[in-house]
Amino acid sequence: MAIVTILGFLLLGIGLWGMLTRKNIIKIIIGFSIMDTGVHLIIVSVGYLWGRTAPIIDAAVPQAQAAQRVVDPIPSALVLTAIVIGLAVTALMLSYAVQMHRSRGSLNIDDFRLPVRKRGEA
Amino acid sequence: MSTIEIFLIPIGLFMVAGAILALYQKSLIAAIVTAGVVSLVASVIYIILAAPDVAMTEAAIGSALTTVVFLYALSRIRKQGGSEND
Amino acid sequence: MIKRLLILVAIALFGLMLLPLLTDLGPFKQLTPLATRYAEGGTGELGAANLVTAVVVTYRGLDTLGEVTVLFAATAGVGFLLRKSSRQKDEERGAADSEEAGSAGGQAGRSPFSEILSTGSVALFPLILMFGAYIFIHGHLTPGGGFQGGVVIASGFALLLAANSARRLSHGVLQLVESLSGAVYVALGVLGLVLAAGFLDTTFLPLGKLGQLFSAGAIPIIYSFVGLKVGSELTNILESLRK
Repeated sequence: MAIVTILGFLLLGIGLWGMLTRKNIIKIIIGFSIMDTGVHLIIVSVGYLWGRTAPIIDAAVPQAQAAQRVVDPIPSALVLTAIVIGLAVTALMLSYAVQMHRSRGSLNIDDFRLPVRKRGEA
Repeated sequence: MSTIEIFLIPIGLFMVAGAILALYQKSLIAAIVTAGVVSLVASVIYIILAAPDVAMTEAAIGSALTTVVFLYALSRIRKQGGSEND
Repeated sequence: MIKRLLILVAIALFGLMLLPLLTDLGPFKQLTPLATRYAEGGTGELGAANLVTAVVVTYRGLDTLGEVTVLFAATAGVGFLLRKSSRQKDEERGAADSEEAGSAGGQAGRSPFSEILSTGSVALFPLILMFGAYIFIHGHLTPGGGFQGGVVIASGFALLLAANSARRLSHGVLQLVESLSGAVYVALGVLGLVLAAGFLDTTFLPLGKLGQLFSAGAIPIIYSFVGLKVGSELTNILESLRK
């Protein structure tokens, strides 16, 4: 469906914008999570065929008509694992954020810059 | 444009508005909950796209577990003291 | 200001790079040949009614093995980053002892917990566990499977942890369940190599009749262990992040 692909692109752009412009570390991680949702929407929307139904074989969709009445099962399978991995990576990033806060006491990413040495100093 | 696509346009606008709001809100807890709402609406879209397995996974992970993980991290940061907002 | 402009240009170029996904992949009329092969083979040679399960467990079984490994690495990373040093453990033990000696009975300085939450969680937790187990046992028949069931189990544990903040889950038991499930998963894959056509081939058990619980070869067994592994890993992440 084209609308969902465009929506996925918008979410991807918004998430990327959030990751690049926000200063708070938690906001950066929220931006990553939104970007993840957008990418999954794009993948699943590419696998959709008009007028077809879910890839489950039962009384409504008998085995003989499977290839004619069923949506592509491969993007669903890819996105299934991708969602769970996205959660694990978000948890890892959050534990990094907790440790970073413990070392400097602030969540602002500008406070984590290495000090710039001016010319003339030792 | 079939009826389902016309129905998807306001849902899409809602998601985009929620995503922008999640990144620009002052309170971190409100931002985290808004990001969870965006994932919940995405799981509804997955049902419309005839992918029930993905919808189940996204509803459980995107709206429940991600929000819980964010809030646990936030509570740890608050316990460590120091500033938490921008 | 110029930085914002550059960021906008970068995102626009990124979108331009991904544009063929929208324009060239037009609305499909037929399934791709690979998807046709999977849709017909999923019920024919594997006996699974849920085609996505057939793809995840057997046709793309190596990807699932890789995903389970990535989850394990992420959980180990979170547990390592948030470990308590021995100094912190002594501090906590000292604080708990002084708090017990100082308080004259009752909750000292702790906010009162909601009774609905604590009673409800005790009643709901076994039901949620059973629901999660139902989802991953019936993964080859109805929408669902190992990942969904594991996530539901982790949500049940999240409810339990939210109701009583003094409760501690044992990291050792969770890691034992996780490691055993992963080892059994690989062992079942090797069993497929020995008894059937290849690694993670699930046809070494009888296929049975389509739509029954004991069908589809080894798919329900493999998916159950994947579900247990995912559930215990996510619970481990929650417990590490908590305090």
